[in-house]
Amino acid sequence: MSWAFLRDLLSGVNKYSTGIGRIWVAVVFMFRLLVYVAAAENIWKHEHDEFECNIKQPGCENVCFDHFFPVSHIRLWALQLIMVSTPSLLVVFHVAYRKNREKQHNQKLYKNPGKIDGGLLCTYLISLILKTGLEIVFLVLFYKLYNGFKIPRLVKCAIKPCPNTVDCYISKPTEKMIFLYFLVATSCLCIVLNLAELSYLVFKYSIKYYLKRHVKKQQ
Amino acid sequence: MDWGALHTILGGVNKHSTSIGKIWLTVLFIFRIMILVVAAEKVWGDEQDDFVCNTLQPGCRNVCYDHFFPISHIRLWALQLIFVSTPALLVAMHVAYRRHEKKRQFRKGDQKCDFKDIEEIRKQRFRIEGSLWWTYTGSIFFRLIFEAVFMYAFYFMYDGFRMPRLMKCNAWPCPNTVDCFVSRPTEKTVFTIFMIAVSSICILLNVAELCYLLTKFFLRRSKKTGNSKQQPNHENKEETKQNEMNELISDSCQNTVIGFSS
Repeated sequence: MSWAFLRDLLSGVNKYSTGIGRIWVAVVFMFRLLVYVAAAENIWKHEHDEFECNIKQPGCENVCFDHFFPVSHIRLWALQLIMVSTPSLLVVFHVAYRKNREKQHNQKLYKNPGKIDGGLLCTYLISLILKTGLEIVFLVLFYKLYNGFKIPRLVKCAIKPCPNTVDCYISKPTEKMIFLYFLVATSCLCIVLNLAELSYLVFKYSIKYYLKRHVKKQQ
Repeated sequence: MDWGALHTILGGVNKHSTSIGKIWLTVLFIFRIMILVVAAEKVWGDEQDDFVCNTLQPGCRNVCYDHFFPISHIRLWALQLIFVSTPALLVAMHVAYRRHEKKRQFRKGDQKCDFKDIEEIRKQRFRIEGSLWWTYTGSIFFRLIFEAVFMYAFYFMYDGFRMPRLMKCNAWPCPNTVDCFVSRPTEKTVFTIFMIAVSSICILLNVAELCYLLTKFFLRRSKKTGNSKQQPNHENKEETKQNEMNELISDSCQNTVIGFSS
């Protein structure tokens, strides 16, 4: 079980997406997943070992590290990627349910089980809203946990067993900050894509609906 | 998800590329991505552990390392490779869109579509003309820009492409100016020069491909205008004949209508 599993899942979703949905999948693969695996993971690999405090008191470094990094950036990043990709599964499940129904009744109930209309449209819209919501939740979480998207070089720590206020130095703060900004930028891009897709679908189907009603009235 | 997945995605684009594009893709995978993964990552693997400063002051080493390496070479290269590969996705999306349209035509039973079955559509290789030409040329242009930007960023951040053995650091909390020693400077310099050289080769290949596509475009255009110049006389004669026929028909219609009414 690894990121390849997520990649295969998302490739399955690609089949039933709109054009903007496919761009979203491409952005998630190339700019988030690939950057995470190829670059970001290695920066945070030894963050605990390289976290250094100006003190010899045993336990002080551990306690300070735990205080300043309750959940590491890289783990939050991984969770965000998984959570944000999961709502797309709702669409896959709905299409599978439709195909199953057709098999059970042994008739063609839908013109095309993969076409976005009726119930599948609602599922698709819900998945888009969930994706956007989760992106925003994680961005807010990052902001609240780490006081903005900054990573300072030096943090002052005065928790027991540290005897007084102690200087602690974070490793590679600049590099971590660059990748954090990259993460925020790609999240925002994905939010914009999701909102664009949402407006496009709502607009398209309301026009279709009003045209149908108009034609019915004329008849 | 790793470089292998990127290989699968870009491999699909390979079918619709020019020969120079295929060479570019081979150079990218063998001389850049493979070298990065197999060799360069190991050279930079212990970069912070073996970065040693001549001081016992805790924190001085961390701060000096961060000051001299705001973003590590290996991460810059990974980002460069990702950004440079991305424009090829535009071409892949365009090809997929065209295939989708052809499949739709085929399903509707359009007579214009001359494929026997869907498998043929899937395996078809599209020629680089029309809107696909613009997408393809645009993607090469963006590739060039990304390569140039990253090479400049590299040069700007590290003051050239050499890795020094010794760096002098006096950032706080280092007490005075402190000597810091980089691990494996020569090996890192060798790999840096190698990656820069291969980037330059890729830039040259992209420029060559761009020139080739532009030349083809202008040649095709001049052929078309050459052909259309021969035709106008023919067309004029046909048009006047058609005009005469139309007048005859309209005259006879009027006569019949008048005849009917009276």
